[in-house]
Amino acid sequence: MFEYLRDPTVLLSTIIFFPAAAALLLCVIPGRHAALIKLTALAATVAVCAASLIPACAAGGNPVSFSLHDGGFQQVVKLAWIPSFNIEYYLGLDGISYPLVLLTTFLSVLALAASWKIEKAVKAYCVLFLLLETGMLGVFMALDFFLFYVFWEVMLLPMYFLIGIWGGPRREYAGIKFFLFTLVGGVLMLIAMLMLYFAGDLTRLSPEQLIASHIAPETAEAVASVHTTGPLHTFSLPALSEMGRLPNSPFAQRQWLGQSLEWWAFLLLFIGFAIKLPAVPVHTWLPDAHVEAPTPISMILAGVLLKMGGYGIVRICYPICPGAAYDLAWFVCGLGVLSMVYGAFAAMAQTDFKRLVAYSSVSHMGYVLLGLGAWSAVAGTQYSTAGWQMGVTGAMFQMIAHGISSAGMFFLVGVVYDRVHHRDLNQFGGLFQKMPAYSGLSMIIFFAALGLPGLCGFIGEFFVVIASWQYSAVMAVVAAGVVILTAGYILWTIQRVYLGPEYKGPHGDALGPLSLREWAIILPLVVLAVVLGVYPRAAIDVMSPSVKRHVEQLTDWTKTRDQTASLSVSPSSSATTPDESGEKGVSRDDRRQWPPVVAVEPNSPLKTAVLHSLQKENDAPAEIGGRRP
Amino acid sequence: MSIYELMAGTLYDLWPQSLRAFAPELALCGAIVCVLLVRVVLPRLPVAVWYVAMAGAAAALWLILPDLTRTALGELSGGEIFTGMLIADGYATVLRAFFLAFALVFIAFVQASKLLDDDADATELSVLALSAVLGMCVMVSANHLLMVFLGIEMASVPCYVLAGILRRRRPGSEAALKYAVYGAAASGVMLYGISLFGGATGSLHLPTMAHRLAELLASPAAAGEATLLIVAGLMLAVGLAFKLSAFPFHYWAPDVFEGAPAEIGAFLSVASKAAALGLTMRLAVCLAGGGAEPSSLPMAAGVGEQIASRAASPAGSDGRERVMIDRERTAGGENAALEAHAGTDRPALHDRAWLQASLAPARKFLYSLLALLAAATCTLGNLAAYGQANIKRLLAYSTIAHAGYLLMPVCAAVVAVGNDPSAARSAVAAMLYYLMIYFFMNFGAFAVVAAVRQAGGDERIESLAGLGRRSPGVAVCFAAMLFSLVGIPPLAGFAAKFVIFGSLVRTDLYLLLAIGGLNTVVSLFYYLRVVRLMFLREADAGAKPLVVPVFSTAGAYIAAFAAPLLLFFVWWDGLLAWAEAAAMALV
Repeated sequence: MFEYLRDPTVLLSTIIFFPAAAALLLCVIPGRHAALIKLTALAATVAVCAASLIPACAAGGNPVSFSLHDGGFQQVVKLAWIPSFNIEYYLGLDGISYPLVLLTTFLSVLALAASWKIEKAVKAYCVLFLLLETGMLGVFMALDFFLFYVFWEVMLLPMYFLIGIWGGPRREYAGIKFFLFTLVGGVLMLIAMLMLYFAGDLTRLSPEQLIASHIAPETAEAVASVHTTGPLHTFSLPALSEMGRLPNSPFAQRQWLGQSLEWWAFLLLFIGFAIKLPAVPVHTWLPDAHVEAPTPISMILAGVLLKMGGYGIVRICYPICPGAAYDLAWFVCGLGVLSMVYGAFAAMAQTDFKRLVAYSSVSHMGYVLLGLGAWSAVAGTQYSTAGWQMGVTGAMFQMIAHGISSAGMFFLVGVVYDRVHHRDLNQFGGLFQKMPAYSGLSMIIFFAALGLPGLCGFIGEFFVVIASWQYSAVMAVVAAGVVILTAGYILWTIQRVYLGPEYKGPHGDALGPLSLREWAIILPLVVLAVVLGVYPRAAIDVMSPSVKRHVEQLTDWTKTRDQTASLSVSPSSSATTPDESGEKGVSRDDRRQWPPVVAVEPNSPLKTAVLHSLQKENDAPAEIGGRRP
Repeated sequence: MSIYELMAGTLYDLWPQSLRAFAPELALCGAIVCVLLVRVVLPRLPVAVWYVAMAGAAAALWLILPDLTRTALGELSGGEIFTGMLIADGYATVLRAFFLAFALVFIAFVQASKLLDDDADATELSVLALSAVLGMCVMVSANHLLMVFLGIEMASVPCYVLAGILRRRRPGSEAALKYAVYGAAASGVMLYGISLFGGATGSLHLPTMAHRLAELLASPAAAGEATLLIVAGLMLAVGLAFKLSAFPFHYWAPDVFEGAPAEIGAFLSVASKAAALGLTMRLAVCLAGGGAEPSSLPMAAGVGEQIASRAASPAGSDGRERVMIDRERTAGGENAALEAHAGTDRPALHDRAWLQASLAPARKFLYSLLALLAAATCTLGNLAAYGQANIKRLLAYSTIAHAGYLLMPVCAAVVAVGNDPSAARSAVAAMLYYLMIYFFMNFGAFAVVAAVRQAGGDERIESLAGLGRRSPGVAVCFAAMLFSLVGIPPLAGFAAKFVIFGSLVRTDLYLLLAIGGLNTVVSLFYYLRVVRLMFLREADAGAKPLVVPVFSTAGAYIAAFAAPLLLFFVWWDGLLAWAEAAAMALV
């Protein structure tokens, strides 16, 4: 049986659909065997977690082993699904998605273990939970935009019911708010997806690009055959990103209301992902959903679902619409900084423990936005991928770290809520005396969220702040300043909850030590928080080849763009015909301006040192053309 | 033309071509007669009526299968039949097959849902349903405005009676009366529009009308005729909008749906709407410059010549040139004065490009009208549905909103006919595909309402509270139908909406697309309200327990409607390819 798992098609499909199959199996178990149902579901999540570890553990020669030296997609699965729209069942893993897949399968096991206290309609709960896991894993593995969208929306229904049925007192309100916000984002994404699909044209790609984006040979032949007859549309994300980076991208050519199609598509996609992330003006669903959701669902929500927003931005927004991303990078980063500051201040003002953690998520995901968004393709006077690569790595690391720390925090809140049945911060205090082990573990997780060096939260924030310096010193300073705010609310929380003379709130006698099950859930999170803080390379080594590839592609694009811009400025070059390759320059409209907030500062010693450490493998930097100093 | 020639031509046309293509409808007619007779032959066995009616629908379906297969393979060379009054092309074939299948499912469903206390009433219901379906088949294959009117009336009048099929229920009678009065008024207006159109263009034969219209618009006299044409077009639209329950002629729908039983609601909301849409699409595409070339018009002069040419090439491969000649002659046959006029100052043969270029103003008018109708219908339906307390009224407004969504591809097809036939084709296919999916999700929703009624529940939405606990299977199926109506994957409703939105993007109708997207979000509220009641609320303490077990006739029915929603999401390429093949005939 395990022989079959050597085939990527079987392995990846198993990882995605095993939970759904287990959910079907649960449907036939009579509802009165609650323990059996929970055990089956737990076994299913454990099996999926084990299966998702196969690529990491398999030996080098194995076809499904995950290589740390390949930045492209691995274990690619590609089967035709709906030929009339050229939709494919197209899956793959790379350094950006694989860590998130592992995070998802791992947190699913913990969250299901944390669901043991659920007693209402256990069967329905487990079925929905497993369907949710299928949706989450599908999102991270899909490389076809349509497939991605389907999985993205598939998560909606289980999540709605999980919040709406098993949630707190205002669960209906929170559920519908979550559904509504996500559906709005989904519809915007659908519109952008269709725009990109009909604007894209595979015949514009060179054979190398077609191979790079895994267009199957028969399609490549199809491209050759229809070269004269008309465009060939695709939903393939790699192919769309190749098209988006063409010197005269098909997405940049059409205009609508004074902006290019690419600009609109970027905006629609970005809003869709920002809702999920969530970034500040569209974050309001998050505190409600978190507060009302049962503890395990909060863990999944904070640990995995929020990451999809960041993943979408790095997988779809930036590679496919680089032109618009370049123009709007200040907007993306500005939103990130705003989320950080707003989230931190809002967290400080909360008296509900869960709400505080929810707002801390908003603040932490702001770092992700800043790290992904900062278009730091230029260091000093040279093109360099080092700084930006650090930013993206930082953002990716922050996602993993936040997945661990926020899931941990929600679980810790849940532990104490189970005992005293309230979450009012002002009624806590003195937990340290009653539950010393719990309090100690809590402090580690909370300090990890705070960004204490040596714990996982530090690396991401540090990388992001350093990298964004290149893009905008002001934003970097503000981002660094937010660390102080974070320390403020976390320390204040620790003081209000764990320190103090004695617990005076209700149900004080219920505060007993952690059960074995609770230990089993929190300990892996604590261990991971420490391990990733001490040895971040465990994650960074997996990410960096893909991050490097992502950043290099966009930096090359920037280079081409700047040269083009500089050529079109000088009158002699305006006659250049746009048929040569990007290096020669193509006359494009001079509409794009350098982002207004860019400030290139003299390198500080610390920054130089960090940059050097990352710059070893980079190509020889090119000269900058155009209007740069 | 001598009488002999006329008869010879008619006979020649009638037997090998027209009647064969019309065989499914003939079978339906036969079934209607049999259903009426079966009570006389078997008075002791009233239940036989159901099976006779089902057998009739099945026979008709069987007769249309060969044409359906040929449509799917792209081999159907269906042309005009009955001297150009009807057309039996792939588009009509697919829609007719849809209605026949619908009739079969509908009759089986009504029997299973035990709507009628007494099987003795089955005769009326079967006859009415079958004759309405007959009218719908005529509607979608109409190639002449007279047949359009005839088809609409044949489909509508039985529907008026069906709305009041439960004679002892006052709300049903009220609904029937309202429906009939509104319907009669709309038909009158439409008939007036048809006569104005006929007067202005000199013909009621659709392709000929398109040519006459093009000539009118190209000639300097166009300005004078513009008002007349616009008024005629609007009047025509009134009749269609009534059938479609499109804004502002939707007022009948909530009242009728509330008064009529759920089964009849399913009939009106799916079949009746599909027929009206099929007709609207054909009219709009034809007048926009698409549509089939008139292929055989033996009423025109030169029948003998035609017979000769057919004898020479029995396969009928002499299509194109003869078509052109015929058209000119037909026109002449219908309006000698125009023929004389045309013969002098324009080239003898028009090509498609000329036609489409001249019809640009008509396209613009059609597009604006349809876009406005679509946007207003969709928005109004969704907003009004929110406030409803009765599940049938809610579904009525939901069908109004879906009429809006379904009008969007019509709009896209009209826009694309002029410059991008393949986009127009995919818009037509999008509409057909949406209709097929709509059948499952909307019929299914009404089936649930009927099942809840049989289980002793009432029609208030609140009575569904707690259904998720007591009848989880049925509640999950109902939720799947409602989410499919919203358009959320992994359900077929999403694929259908995706295809429609795709056709809008392809024709650059971004404003309409934005309205459609916004409406999707708005519609979530009221569908989710029902779902929330079923799963998130408990029933009132005093309420009667409402149980619809999955393992029962009703449960099986509901599951049979829900399962395709998942199936056709995973596998929608085949269905879509079929729709594309059907659309080939139209554009």
